Amino acid sequence: MDACDGPDCRETIKELDLFLDDELSDAARSAIRHHLDGCVDCLQAFDFHAELKQVIAEKCQHDEMPADLLSRIEQCFDTDFDGDGVIG
Amino acid sequence: MADQAVFAEQAMQYAPQLFSAAMRMTRNRADAEDLVQETYLKAYRSFHTFTDGTNLRAWLFRILTNTYINKYRAKQRRPDETELGDIEDLYLYKQINTSRDTGLGRSAEESLMEMLPDDEVKQALEALPDNFRLPVILADVEGFAYKEIAEMLDIPIGTVMSRLHRGRKQMQKALHDYALARGMVAADVAGSSSDPVQER
Repeated sequence: MDACDGPDCRETIKELDLFLDDELSDAARSAIRHHLDGCVDCLQAFDFHAELKQVIAEKCQHDEMPADLLSRIEQCFDTDFDGDGVIG
Repeated sequence: MADQAVFAEQAMQYAPQLFSAAMRMTRNRADAEDLVQETYLKAYRSFHTFTDGTNLRAWLFRILTNTYINKYRAKQRRPDETELGDIEDLYLYKQINTSRDTGLGRSAEESLMEMLPDDEVKQALEALPDNFRLPVILADVEGFAYKEIAEMLDIPIGTVMSRLHRGRKQMQKALHDYALARGMVAADVAGSSSDPVQER
């Protein structure tokens, strides 16, 4: 596989992070889109990383919170938790 | 100027997100609970400094991140000097696609994403040194913008970008190593594409 070896491809791949993180200007973003419309290799690379980012986000969330953590926290709001004369 | 009385009502909904992020930061359930609790106490006390109409979630994550850095990172030795080895750009993608010519590439890619267990992805993230892990948590898991992350970590945006880039590559390598060890992807054997029988 010799994908993404042309100068346009190299410039496009350089912007991969910024594109996926939605940090590009509208103009830069549409320039990338324009290239991706005509370049299957770059499109595949972008798709792969978009999916990977999504998979990582999904799999690194939703830890089960201890059932009593919320009530423990809210209790602190009503008491002088650390004894300094201030509530909380 | 915000009212303390509405704090619980507005802020508690973010607890599950803060807890997951705290788990990735501390890598430890007991510390994560303490960290979230401390974050809420600090937030409660300084809620009068929160500007109504600004992003409450980002404000809470900023307190979480600062509390983590001040309290837990202090335990580690010379945290800012941790560096990562050099890894090729598009590491995982290129590794997987060495078998694309056989027509197996796309399915290998799809099954890899499905087959990676949650715990393995968490572990790949948690194995990153702090200075790379925090930007990846805040960007990839929590979806914050570079500017917000730069403010939370008190580093320039360019540093956020380079740490994100390198942290992500390091994670990709860890995931690839795992997939290789489990036989989930084919090893990069020269000439394998000309002899499809070797592919499984």
